[in-house]
Amino acid sequence: MVNLTMRSPDPIVLERRGETIEAATETEQVPLTFQIKDLSVWYGEKQAIESVTMDIPSNAVTSIIGPSGCGKSTFLRCLNRMHELVPRTRMEGKVLLLGKDLYSPDVDPAIVRRRVGMVFQKSNPFPTMSIGENVIIGLRLNGVRDQKFLNERLEKSLRMAALWDEVKDDLHKPGTSLSGGQQQRLCIARALAVEPEVVLMDEPCSALDPIATAKIEELIHELKTQYTIVIVTHNMQQAGRVSDYTAFFYLGKLVEFGPTSKIFTNPSERKTEDYITGRFG
Amino acid sequence: MHTIRANKHIWRKVKNVLVSATTFLSAILVIAPLALVFFHLLINGAGSVNWAFFTQLPKPVGVVGGGMANAIVGSLELLALGSVVGVPIGVLGGVYLAEYGSARANSILRFIADVLNGVPSITWGVVVYGLVVLRFKGFSAYAGGLALGLIMIPLILRTTEEVILLVPNGYREAALALGIARWKTIVHVVMKTASKGIITGILLALARIGGETAPLLFTAFGNRFWNHNLGEPIAALPLQVFTYAISPYDDWHRQAWAGALVLVVGIFCINVLVRILTRERKPAVV
Repeated sequence: MVNLTMRSPDPIVLERRGETIEAATETEQVPLTFQIKDLSVWYGEKQAIESVTMDIPSNAVTSIIGPSGCGKSTFLRCLNRMHELVPRTRMEGKVLLLGKDLYSPDVDPAIVRRRVGMVFQKSNPFPTMSIGENVIIGLRLNGVRDQKFLNERLEKSLRMAALWDEVKDDLHKPGTSLSGGQQQRLCIARALAVEPEVVLMDEPCSALDPIATAKIEELIHELKTQYTIVIVTHNMQQAGRVSDYTAFFYLGKLVEFGPTSKIFTNPSERKTEDYITGRFG
Repeated sequence: MHTIRANKHIWRKVKNVLVSATTFLSAILVIAPLALVFFHLLINGAGSVNWAFFTQLPKPVGVVGGGMANAIVGSLELLALGSVVGVPIGVLGGVYLAEYGSARANSILRFIADVLNGVPSITWGVVVYGLVVLRFKGFSAYAGGLALGLIMIPLILRTTEEVILLVPNGYREAALALGIARWKTIVHVVMKTASKGIITGILLALARIGGETAPLLFTAFGNRFWNHNLGEPIAALPLQVFTYAISPYDDWHRQAWAGALVLVVGIFCINVLVRILTRERKPAVV
């Protein structure tokens, strides 16, 4: 049995792809993409994350919820070493990606970020580039020259991001000419084009209207067959709709982690229940 | 009671008129010199700006006619040489300030650049005279270009830094999150996004040094003939204007006016180009 919370003594049965898998943490029977051990992060003197330990299962959507300033985004950024870009950050603990320590000295952060893609809160297509260039820029700047390969990957990525039909005749137009929701899907296509194993999403819908949000959520649902997805969201309904697992963070600590259905219907912690029912946060 | 209030009211109105009149006058005084200079140059110089001015060499003393072709080309060569020194160092230094340096080192660098921007331009001429002209025993286009380039460096450095800092951080993060190396992110995403601003800074620096005379006095020196070797003295438009203006000959005075007019129009054109570049819509801010 997978002990997903690592804190709660109750074993949790993992349901994936319609079958029930029973596994123990020590054995590797349930594929885990990330294993996070005692992760703590400081910005200068201020501690943003306090010894978080959790596992993130493969080919599933894990959402991270919690009130503002609880360390959700910081936690997400530790999974692809983006938090290092902030000056005066310090971290302790381990983050294993498929068993390999992301922070060991021989690991190049650029390689980590190629394997763990990221989509940001505000869509940010490069303003100097066309729609097509935006998608393949990651490959191009990582040294891919083969035009045929680039074209194939361009179409494949845009199709996966459910944007191909809308933009296939306008690939030369600026990426910023698209609507907000299309821009966000363009950013997803751009992240998928480098073929990562994981996609991190930091409140990807918070700047979008409900229709655009619904499209992105549908997309997340389809992407999880091929990718492991970790999404930070402020919107609890969204967490409920899209995710298989939910982690609740509060004041830099992981309060509870488990299958979304359990967190939302029968949380073990009082704090989780209070937050989910809207009593604070 | 009533009269006092009325008086107060009138006094307030008078003050209001006085203040707005003073500010209006000041505004006029800002524009007036440009209009006067341009008008004066047109009256005195337009008559001598002709085909010969752009195509012929200066005639010997006493012979009427001739032109400043060598000085115009010489100025362009000096601007090019100055850019070779000033553009790469200024742009890369600006990138360093905006993207890499530590806060403390940056504030020192920024302070030095601001001081350098205030150094009188003749100082640069003297410095290059001491460093280059004396050592290589001769005035040269290289020395003139170096003096102009040194003036460009702090100008371009500061404008480049500022426009690069304007690039929203979201683009840097997006590129880095694709596993793109830091330097590639800076060159292909950040600098590309800021390219218009960087070019604007370069053009403004060129407009500034295009009219510089003092730093060329001890370096490029001036030349009445075509320069076929950048290791030799070279003519420059501002230098030629200076030489002709202090001469005792009427024909040279006319040519000096023409030279000044061409110079002002050239710099005016650069500024118009800058306006066109900066007028275009800025990229959507992330």
